[in-house]
Amino acid sequence: MSDALLSVNNFSVLYDVDPPVNAVRNVDFELRRGEILGLAGESGCGKTTLAYGIQRLLKAPAVITSGSVVFHDKSGDDIEISELDVEEMRQFRWDKISMVFQGAMNALNPVATIGSQLDDVFEVHRPSMTKAQRREAVIELLEIVKVGGQRRRSFPHELSGGMRQRVMIAMALALRPQLMVMDEPTTALDVLVQREILKQISQLRHQFGFSVIFITHDLPLLLEISDRIAIMREGEIVELNTAEQIWRDPQDDYTKKLLSSFPRLTGEKGLVAR
Amino acid sequence: MTAVQPALPTEETQPPAENFDALEVGTTATTASKGRSRIPWRFLGGRALFYLFTLWAAVTINFILPRMMKGDAVSAYLARNRNITPEAADGLRALLGLDTDKSLFEQYIDYWAHLLRGDLGVSLLHGLRPVTEVISQSLPWTIGLVGFATIVSFIIGTIGGAIVGWRRGSRLDALIPITTFLSTIPYFWLGLLAIAVFSVNLKLFPIGKAYGVGMSPEFSAEFIGQVIHHGFLPAATIIIASLGGWMLGMRNMMLTVLDEDYIMVAQAKGMPNRRVLWGYAARNAVLPQVQSFALSIGFIVGGTIVMEMVFSYPGVGKLLLDATNAKDYALMQGVFLVITLSVLVANILADVAYAFLDPRTRQTGA
Amino acid sequence: MSLLEFDAVTKVYSVRGAGQIKALDDVSFTLESGQTIGLVGQSGSGKSTTAKILTQLETPTSGEVRLDGRAIPRHGSGLRAYRQQLRMVFQDPFASLNPYHSVRHHIERPLRLDNVVPQEQINGEVRRLLGRVRLDPASIADRRPHELSGGQRQRVAIARALASRPKFLVADEPVSMLDVSIRLGVLNLLADLQREEGLGVLYITHDLATARHFSSEIIVLNQGRIAERGTADDVILRPKHPYTQELRAASPDPEKFFASTSGIGGGAR
Repeated sequence: MSDALLSVNNFSVLYDVDPPVNAVRNVDFELRRGEILGLAGESGCGKTTLAYGIQRLLKAPAVITSGSVVFHDKSGDDIEISELDVEEMRQFRWDKISMVFQGAMNALNPVATIGSQLDDVFEVHRPSMTKAQRREAVIELLEIVKVGGQRRRSFPHELSGGMRQRVMIAMALALRPQLMVMDEPTTALDVLVQREILKQISQLRHQFGFSVIFITHDLPLLLEISDRIAIMREGEIVELNTAEQIWRDPQDDYTKKLLSSFPRLTGEKGLVAR
Repeated sequence: MTAVQPALPTEETQPPAENFDALEVGTTATTASKGRSRIPWRFLGGRALFYLFTLWAAVTINFILPRMMKGDAVSAYLARNRNITPEAADGLRALLGLDTDKSLFEQYIDYWAHLLRGDLGVSLLHGLRPVTEVISQSLPWTIGLVGFATIVSFIIGTIGGAIVGWRRGSRLDALIPITTFLSTIPYFWLGLLAIAVFSVNLKLFPIGKAYGVGMSPEFSAEFIGQVIHHGFLPAATIIIASLGGWMLGMRNMMLTVLDEDYIMVAQAKGMPNRRVLWGYAARNAVLPQVQSFALSIGFIVGGTIVMEMVFSYPGVGKLLLDATNAKDYALMQGVFLVITLSVLVANILADVAYAFLDPRTRQTGA
Repeated sequence: MSLLEFDAVTKVYSVRGAGQIKALDDVSFTLESGQTIGLVGQSGSGKSTTAKILTQLETPTSGEVRLDGRAIPRHGSGLRAYRQQLRMVFQDPFASLNPYHSVRHHIERPLRLDNVVPQEQINGEVRRLLGRVRLDPASIADRRPHELSGGQRQRVAIARALASRPKFLVADEPVSMLDVSIRLGVLNLLADLQREEGLGVLYITHDLATARHFSSEIIVLNQGRIAERGTADDVILRPKHPYTQELRAASPDPEKFFASTSGIGGGAR
């Protein structure tokens, strides 16, 4: 089993509009097994397009114009994601790579219970499970994320924002994937709730050993939770290094600019002229 | 916010104790959820009160209307018909506002008394038979045929709209302008055309009426066969004419719903397309359709007079038209009341259906 | 020198099905012109309610708001006059500007309604205001909101707020919806304007770090009550109330984080 989980080479995405937009340009990176990789940048930098693109979740007018994405499965197989056919891709989804979206009201089907939305993952991907087994699995998931098994009969609108986010995490964890891509999972949440969710993600990562790609614009947050951070700008990765290195010794000008855009909570005051 | 009687989830924070583990306690804990019953009693109760009030208002308006007509017309009406029984005459006076010797309040009480007894007066046009009897003969035909046609049209239109919306950009999109075009054709023309082609030329279907001449309603296979045979063209033309509306509405709702995040999440989860289409998308898109459907049921009773004219179908619409022409006030008033009641009932059904389908309505307030 | 007094304000909402909710519970503070107060709170703390009461979009259940010693009238020309003195900058730069009207129209309206300058000087005043917020009048004035970036829109919103020459500004999360690299620019602009015009600014936010840098005093709201107040540094660096301590511990602070884990490498483990 190699150390690398995902190898992305020369990956490019184009938005076929007028004028065409090169959302992602020739991106190369490797994601290690069990690591948390932060993907930072401002709106329009391509971080979301990259993360969705490597899972083939993009819709028209986005077009993947080049690149290979190789998933090094723990079984030893190397899977070239762009070569999977529709059915293989459907099975690959959620089983190997899952996603945590922003858990706002709209990420969950408003007319179905939480339990049924967790259940259908098992129904579709693990057809050998019986109904009772699925129910047990759903309850277990809800307990793991500390939402509580009895909540499986609740509807999304009956839960608070933090709970909905935990449900999204539970959903992503269902099939014990090897990679979880998280798209601004804590942006809409309060700072206290955010801290809990992050603690939970960290703890789950230790327990289950998956890697995480964490997308956000909040650099201070990433600095605290990531192993490595990739700074993106205009479709390219301008710097990729450990969190500590990015903090202590940033190389790229843009990285420095981004770092200086966040006022310090403690420490030296005066970033804002008074 | 400090909730005095919490029933909604709140982000509650707890002051840190020694060795406080936020993960254990969870600042996202909610107050214990009250027993959530499937039936939103409170919601329905509120609606029921509202409908009772509306019913009362409708009946009262029905009471006031004839009293606003010129008294002469109504007296002349009675004068034309000497051979009415005294009780019938009494009833008519109460219904039509001729008992001016009594106070208005007494008239009102009388009116209600008659209504609650089921006495809607007697029909001039139909040989002085009670209005209730006359209406109840025509009502089943209208409800049966038009109700059936509306339901079928709704089902085909909604399912079709869901599929067209799902496959946006495909050739199926052409269905929308086609069905919409069909619904803009004046109905009587469509009906006459159908008769001309299928009845007169191809002789596949009878020209009109609900059943064969000489037959009388009974529960026999032959009679039922005749009903179906006679009802085919009217039902088919109604379905064709109203399909467009349902399809367009559903398709548009689908397009809106398909842009929502939870659809993307469902696909990311690896759900097969059919499941996403029906279980996630259509299930949400159908909600406004259900409301429209329930409202349209209300108008079944009064709204298909053109069809009944074209096909000589013995329904309520034709009844009303004839009554109007003959100035049969009692019958007219009776039909108005029935129409009002049906619309109210349909609204109630719509509310109930919606409350079941959309879990978000079950929580009142906030 | 003007004084805004928020005096023992309580606001109770009645919500169908959930009883009564106390959005604010006996909250008091004073804001002087030339001063910036940071009102820090998470969702449900009451900070939005405070903004609504200050702008008279809501009225207190009990307690009073006073400007220069006089209570705010409920309606009429007195209320108009008050509103001229206290303006608001909203959170969402997309929603607070009418997409059908040009920038010029947005800034002209308060000038006309409040008769700030005579008719013939309006154009000049529009140019001046746009210049104050560091936008080029020639290229911006006739554009529509959707042609501007988020940061530019927010500057237009600030210019509009300044048009009536208010004494006080309520800024409700003015930068949280903007791109990270331009946030400080807008906050710096607000700080400069505040200093130059001698405004009293109430800066409402959930973000402790910007509150610390932008305000001289901080008030921490928790569930409708004031948990702590003091100078910015006192509250952030030496918090006394457990809630404030929690907030501070939960906010990302790379400086402290890397200082404590030097040699091991970052990451919350």
